[in-house]
Amino acid sequence: MKGIGASAGIAIGKVFQYEPKRAVAFKKIITDTGSEIARLNAARAEAKSQIEILHIKALETIGKQEAMIFEAHIALVDDPALFKEAVKNITTQNVNAEWALNEAIDKFIQIFEAMDNKYIAERAADLKDIKSRMLDILMGVKAQDLSHLNEPSIIVALDLLPSDTARMNKEKVLGFVTELGAKLSHTAIIARSLEIPAVVGLSGMMKGVKHGDLIILDGDTGEVFLNPDKSIIDKYEKKKQEYFYFKNELKVFIGKPSKTKDDARVHILANVGTPKDVDSCIENDAEGIGLFRTEFLYMDRQDIPSEDEQFEAYKEVISRMQGKPVVIRTLDVGGDKDIPYLGLSKEDNPFLGYRAIRYCIDNVDIFKAQLRAILRASTYGHVKIMFPMIATLTELRRAKAILNEVRHDLKIENIAYDEKMETGIMVEIPACAIAADLFAKEADFFSIGTNDLIQYTMAVDRGNPKVSALYSHFNPSVLRLIKYVIDSAHKNGIPVGMCGEAASDPALIPVLVGMGIDDFSMNPSSVLKARSIVSNTTKADIADKVESILSLATAGEVEEYLNHPGA
Amino acid sequence: MYRVQVQLINETGLHARPASLFVAAAKKYKSDIAVLKDGEEYDAKSILSVLSMGAYKGESLIISAVGTDEEEAVLELKGLIDNNFGVREGSP
Repeated sequence: MKGIGASAGIAIGKVFQYEPKRAVAFKKIITDTGSEIARLNAARAEAKSQIEILHIKALETIGKQEAMIFEAHIALVDDPALFKEAVKNITTQNVNAEWALNEAIDKFIQIFEAMDNKYIAERAADLKDIKSRMLDILMGVKAQDLSHLNEPSIIVALDLLPSDTARMNKEKVLGFVTELGAKLSHTAIIARSLEIPAVVGLSGMMKGVKHGDLIILDGDTGEVFLNPDKSIIDKYEKKKQEYFYFKNELKVFIGKPSKTKDDARVHILANVGTPKDVDSCIENDAEGIGLFRTEFLYMDRQDIPSEDEQFEAYKEVISRMQGKPVVIRTLDVGGDKDIPYLGLSKEDNPFLGYRAIRYCIDNVDIFKAQLRAILRASTYGHVKIMFPMIATLTELRRAKAILNEVRHDLKIENIAYDEKMETGIMVEIPACAIAADLFAKEADFFSIGTNDLIQYTMAVDRGNPKVSALYSHFNPSVLRLIKYVIDSAHKNGIPVGMCGEAASDPALIPVLVGMGIDDFSMNPSSVLKARSIVSNTTKADIADKVESILSLATAGEVEEYLNHPGA
Repeated sequence: MYRVQVQLINETGLHARPASLFVAAAKKYKSDIAVLKDGEEYDAKSILSVLSMGAYKGESLIISAVGTDEEEAVLELKGLIDNNFGVREGSP
């Protein structure tokens, strides 16, 4: 069986089939409408106090983000229109409080579910949650919950509501399997934040299982095995152990500096796309943000984000990093990243076309709004600015001139910014890498963007399976370029980092250290692994081998050499 | 009774954050406040009611209030909508 892997890890254990009894409203004709209204109001008050308790519990055990769901629930329990409707049902139809409430809530659920809007759909789920809570209260049904799990179990359920996960005894929960849900649904988010393996979206699951069945789930692949035979159990026991050791071994590196056996210091930073990613930067102890892609601010919307909106997003990220460096890359639109409202026309060769800095220096108003937002946010921490896709010094000079105009404007307006903010460039076009010595004189730092640098150096689209084999960071031409960029930076006294995917390749990291790279920036989840590799590297040894590596003729030879270091 | 007509100019319309801001502003007043759209009446102090209206950019609404602070209430809500809920539009 296969569902959606929603939270990584392996869980092996007994099924706890969770089918909470939900009170179902029944219709009853009544005469004393006043007492039904009183019952309704009492249920509201009780629901509110229950939710307030859950809210506090969620704050303590799960986190602020998840606890906010309960604030929304309190607002719904307090909603005047909902209760006006319910009271109207009681008085005009002479029905009991249960039925009146049920009809009132369903009316809104129906309206919301017909709206085809993600935000509204979430509100419909919240309404269902408070509906079952209030019906339970009115009908005296003791809600079943997960607070009394006796033995370690894997919860199998149709779906889990915020009220379920907030109350569960998480010490006893080994994993979740749910019929409903997707990667971003409540169950999945909770599972990840509690680091509990989970598979969601496995329909028909509830029918097939019994309490106490043995079940295995793989939260990476989404695979689920029910009452598996011994060979599968053995295989997954082993996989689980490996995963456990892997995670715990890496945890040791939290709070440790990134340095080699011979005490050479590098910095391992993280790439982020949205302010939300900062959580995992902090969790994985990244030493800063080496690449903040700002495109997300511009995508999935119909208009350009205002300067203030951008300022708020940058400020959030910068302040949360508490003085650690945050490298903000200015808008990299074009190529495969289209933003419809910017009105870029279709091009035959988008990767060779009008994108990134080429677009920004032509569209000064858009560029300036972003630069202003970054500069204003720069007072909240340690910010550096980085221009993407620089091919010529003319472009770099133009971009810096625009940045200076913005600084000048801010000064006149008496708006504070960090006057020492460094300005660097992405080295990702061969034209820039080959002339890195010239660029190093006018940039404060380099960040090598390997994804594009390889694509342009090798003239290969890695999305095209016929040629993607040519796409490798082990190509001698690519490695030589990287080495030249690093040397040119150092000759001119500026630091150089790498922020492409190559930066997190365990085989390449020691080579980069040997070449003298200063910083790495990668997916937050790779940071600790990279730190463990750096810690096992002796820089002086590798540095001696760099020349031999660069004299190898093919990517295959390089890989072979790196895989057999003794040879 | 005090009433005005307004047009929604923000991208989101009366959903998500703008809807919450609108309801929170309405709740500050003693007056009964209603929003009229396509002849239907909605309760400005109820998030459920405001969301169920399904009001999008470009649509026009009537805000109407009855009570001791009716004028201030209507003008503040109109101001919220006219000022794009406090979010400045980006450069062209």
